[in-house]
Amino acid sequence: MAEATIGRPTPQRLSLWARIDNNRTVLGLCMMLPAGALLLVFLSYPLGLGVWLGLTDTTIGRKGGFIGLENYALLFDDSVFWLSVFNTFLYTVVASAFKFALGLWLALILNNRLPFKALLRAIVLLPWIVPTVLSAIAFWWIYDSQFSIISWSLQRLGLIDQYVNFLGDANNARAAVIAANVWRGIPFVAICLLAGLQTIPQSLYEAAVLDGASEWQRFRCVTFPLLTPIIAVVMTFSVLFTFTDFQLIYVLTRGGPFNATHLMATLSFQRAIPGGQLGEGAAIATAMVPFLLAAIIFSYFGLQRRRWQQGAAND
Amino acid sequence: MRKITRRDAFKLGAGAAALAASSGLAKPGQAQSLSFTPEKGAKLRVLRWKRFVQGDEDLWMANTRKFTEQTGVEVVTEHESWEDVRPKAAVAANIGSGPDIIVGWYDDPHQYPDKLVDLTDLAEYLGDKYGGWYPVAREYGTRQGRWISLPLGAAGNCIVYRKSWMNEAGFDSFPKDTDGLLRLCQELKKNGHPPGFALGNAVGDGNVWTHWLLWSFGGKMVDSSNQVVINSPETINALEYARELYDTFIPGTVSWLDAHNNKAFLSGQIGLTANGISVYYAAKTQGSAFVDDIHHANMPVGPVGKPTELNLFTQAMLFSHSKHPNAAKEFLRFMWEKEQYEPWQQAAIGYITQPLKAYESNPVWTADPKHTPYRDTVGNMLTNGHAGTLGYSSAAAMADFIVVNMVAEAAAGREAAKDAAARAEKRALRYYKV
Repeated sequence: MAEATIGRPTPQRLSLWARIDNNRTVLGLCMMLPAGALLLVFLSYPLGLGVWLGLTDTTIGRKGGFIGLENYALLFDDSVFWLSVFNTFLYTVVASAFKFALGLWLALILNNRLPFKALLRAIVLLPWIVPTVLSAIAFWWIYDSQFSIISWSLQRLGLIDQYVNFLGDANNARAAVIAANVWRGIPFVAICLLAGLQTIPQSLYEAAVLDGASEWQRFRCVTFPLLTPIIAVVMTFSVLFTFTDFQLIYVLTRGGPFNATHLMATLSFQRAIPGGQLGEGAAIATAMVPFLLAAIIFSYFGLQRRRWQQGAAND
Repeated sequence: MRKITRRDAFKLGAGAAALAASSGLAKPGQAQSLSFTPEKGAKLRVLRWKRFVQGDEDLWMANTRKFTEQTGVEVVTEHESWEDVRPKAAVAANIGSGPDIIVGWYDDPHQYPDKLVDLTDLAEYLGDKYGGWYPVAREYGTRQGRWISLPLGAAGNCIVYRKSWMNEAGFDSFPKDTDGLLRLCQELKKNGHPPGFALGNAVGDGNVWTHWLLWSFGGKMVDSSNQVVINSPETINALEYARELYDTFIPGTVSWLDAHNNKAFLSGQIGLTANGISVYYAAKTQGSAFVDDIHHANMPVGPVGKPTELNLFTQAMLFSHSKHPNAAKEFLRFMWEKEQYEPWQQAAIGYITQPLKAYESNPVWTADPKHTPYRDTVGNMLTNGHAGTLGYSSAAAMADFIVVNMVAEAAAGREAAKDAAARAEKRALRYYKV
């Protein structure tokens, strides 16, 4: 501010435009405007429209009227909807837990001195890079009831008599789609955690070694606490991606068998688009929002805002 | 015997139509010469489903070019995966913009009838000229007496089987009824050539064969006044039959989507399934070693004593947002005329069965006797909303796989037949609520 006043020769009355032009708040608002407009048009509006549609009986080709919470009341009494809620939670919790454990393990391995480290890291990213639909089609063959390479191999090894019914049994199908999701999601978790691991100062490990800390103690008392903020961010994203998954299920099972793998996202699509019940589909999609918010809040408060981050001693 | 009866019925129908025409109800003189004058500078956008057999697209496009040459109307044709046409058509209807003509599926036009151009003059003209529409085509194409779409036909569904394995199972000819089908399947399984029908959420194959099964025993989702009646003794009989039939299936059919049965049949793992003519087509084009052994039969008749097929029915809709409705009507007329329609059917090797009775005589149905059963599929079918009306509820109930899930649950023993029917009833009531 000092420089600004020095450069000003004589105080003079500024025009309104000049005052606006010099105002940093206005400038800041102007700079944010494009991003704000984009968010409004492409995020807030569709979200708001979705919530509104969920309160109407809109069907394809017919503008519906406001019906309050009737769609939700109908869903409350719908066993398929509750099954999809159960499936979504199971899918998210189990897949996220596996992705976290395996992703962290992989990150720790990749953080060591390894030959061809750069190449290995690139390879690890492959499942994440391949378009989901393509990897889903690969799994479609892997889980095929007649042509599965897993069943074929196990049979050749003499371990099974009959091909595994991967997608034809409710629990097998759930496990199979979760495995496919885990395979696809591990690289994201691993690479992000690897980036986090590399920000931990080496001196902390050296100090710990001097104090006689074992490898496990170094992990528990140095690595893990310092990695917590990045874990919070990564797992929040991972949970969100998993909760809203669509493509894997759509290609592999379409929600079958007996709706055992229908997630809220796939059921929402099935009811809204092929089924034409836009209002009900939107209500299912909207019903996902509280769960998503809860996941975000949980990871934000539960993991990210640790006291040590605010300067206090960690307990 | 059944086939002869049905053919006779067709003849009777044609006779009745001729009688009606001669009595002055129809106007054959006018009918033979209908045409529409395209608007000046008209251009058309047509969206249709992507071909299942190459010849379909080749001839469709050749016919379209011919139309452009004759009329000067430019036509842009877009092809979409068949399952994506429905949402696109819905969006076009909702926003009042998009292709002039969309070739969609099943009860699409009944979702937004007020967004469609009345095609009564064109449809009646074609009906008069080509032996009349099959009853199911009229049901799909009309609403409250006016034509809201122009039926193109149906991707017919028949039993596809290996003849040598059928003979080995002790059958000289394919059984005509559901009891015979069960016996054949049991023998096929004993001989290591089990059958397989899709029981996953297969939009095409799953819906098609499970609706046939339900109806063949007299079960139905709703009655003629759209009251849900699926939880009935007839449905339970159908489900108990499904249970017995399922015991003969190759393992894994509960996970099958639309492509699984094709793969399993072509690799020789199953001896019998229900499918369009595409399995035979694929076997021919791939030079399969057993192509000569592949035969087709119409879906057997159940205790109700008459055919109860469901086939993938397709029809063209002309949207009222079209700026060139006359050009669009002329295009439709041109494509549905014998000179264009029959060569197109031939190029598609009979993948689409005609909605107009006169095209039964298309040589495509007799050039290869294996095509013949597909000729009769539209005549044998009911609408997906049977026995009620077509509309939001029928579309939603089918899209939610209510019948497929019910049959799968009962067949695989996950639910007792009566429980599966009760669950289906509860689900159906959500869509058929007043």
